[in-house]
Amino acid sequence: MKDKIFRFLLFLAAVLILLLTAGIVYALVSRSTEAFGEYGIWSFIVNPEWDPRPATEEYGAMSFILGTLYTAFFALFLCIPFSFSVALFNGEYFKGMKISSAVRSVVDLLAGIPSIVYGLWGFYTIRPLIIDLGINAQGFGIFLSSVVLAIMIIPYASSLSTEFLSMVPNNLKEGAYSLGATRIEVIRHISIPSSLPGIVASYILALGRALGETMAVTMLIGNTDRIPQGLRDTGNTMASVIANQFGEADGFKLSSLIAIGLLLFVITAIINMIAKLIMKRVSRL
Amino acid sequence: MEGITNQNGMEPVLRFIDVSVSYTPGVYAVKNVSTAIYPNTITAVMGPSGCGKSTLLRAINRMHDLYANIKTTGQIILKGKDVLKTDPMEVRRMAGMVFQQPNPFPTMSIYDNVLAGYKLNGIKLNKEEKDEIVEDSLRNVALWNEVKDAMNKRGSFLSGGQQQRLCIARALALKPEVLLMDEPTSALDPISTNRIEELLLELRKQYSMLIVTHNMSQAARISDNSMFMYLGELVEHNNTKQMFTKPRNRRTEEYLTGVFG
Repeated sequence: MKDKIFRFLLFLAAVLILLLTAGIVYALVSRSTEAFGEYGIWSFIVNPEWDPRPATEEYGAMSFILGTLYTAFFALFLCIPFSFSVALFNGEYFKGMKISSAVRSVVDLLAGIPSIVYGLWGFYTIRPLIIDLGINAQGFGIFLSSVVLAIMIIPYASSLSTEFLSMVPNNLKEGAYSLGATRIEVIRHISIPSSLPGIVASYILALGRALGETMAVTMLIGNTDRIPQGLRDTGNTMASVIANQFGEADGFKLSSLIAIGLLLFVITAIINMIAKLIMKRVSRL
Repeated sequence: MEGITNQNGMEPVLRFIDVSVSYTPGVYAVKNVSTAIYPNTITAVMGPSGCGKSTLLRAINRMHDLYANIKTTGQIILKGKDVLKTDPMEVRRMAGMVFQQPNPFPTMSIYDNVLAGYKLNGIKLNKEEKDEIVEDSLRNVALWNEVKDAMNKRGSFLSGGQQQRLCIARALALKPEVLLMDEPTSALDPISTNRIEELLLELRKQYSMLIVTHNMSQAARISDNSMFMYLGELVEHNNTKQMFTKPRNRRTEEYLTGVFG
């Protein structure tokens, strides 16, 4: 009897989570129909205009989609050399040693720092640096956001790729050593090729994090509603435009912001799905 | 040890002088082993689990260097070179190793697996040299006819026995002085085991081999000489026939008759 009740409670909890997710999707979809209905889904996506002036009111998502892609991909690009070295350090060279668990804890700590703290640090420490370097007069923009974002996603990219690197069977590595290979040759020809799909998947997951990151980016990107003209320019990401403008928005504008939220949700869901699919294939090998 | 096959008038391929291996300071997995291995022989290394037979084998090609806590002392002379004073990469190219679990590189084709030793060592070969080495090595392990039309397939698609023969081909491709095998058939079915045993007898014409084995009948079938190890010490090393019929040591006799194992 007790067992039956417990099973029922578990079942209830599972159904509740499904309903909750469905509810979120429903709320997003129902409240974005106004915008999608007015412009059409495709024209809303590709339209780069974001003009809230009542006389010429017009909303499109393209500026923010591009802003998001620029920031996230540039952050990913900046993050790769660092997270890859961390992964090699922890998963190969110093695997199982004290120094490796120390580095691992510090990197994990990076993941625990609240986004707003990164934002403050970027604002008061990195922004002046960017001004001094002459990258951009105000400091704000894609470049600043990407630098801070890159640091924020290092733990996600590195901890998973460390796992995949350390999963390379010892058997294979010993086989390569027994043929006279040096350590660097074993890493290049055996460890990296065998764990490559997993490493790629961890970078895709890190990209997913970067796409949705809001607070720090909102504080650093400069919040301009147009397509960024390069990495030094200011802009807005899908997440930052919502955070920045939802408070004073109503009507079409609010519906357009929610539609952007829905698009962001779909994009990150697809990205995560791709990463999970790759990982599933890796673990089956 | 007067009975060892090919001992007379031949320079040993491999000589152990007072070899000891320890995993933790003061605790020896291999203790003061001294003996010699002669050309064109198969030497079986036997003994109960934990007796140090794999440890001794892995000392030869300096696999212990990969683990910071393992210390090897004494002298191991391979073709006149003191292994412990030679560059480990050079030693490993001179001593091919075959592992218990077949371990072809899953990211490489069958063709590239055979050439892995060259690729890993950064040795450049032209297409003809490559083709020749691949064909020779695969013919040596009687795998050529089975895989010649599947050269670009991954090695991991082969059966366990074929994979192990591919691994032997990979070791032979570097033309080693000696072939070290750590229970190479224990993960294989009887038919594959049989094929590998036949292959080793064939390879004996060109190579000297050490084979660690748990399987006494395998040792009896294929080895010329046998080493019996117990608690890290080399108890007896003699030609296999003599050891299996008239062991000199009581421990050897007890092991061979199944009193312990």
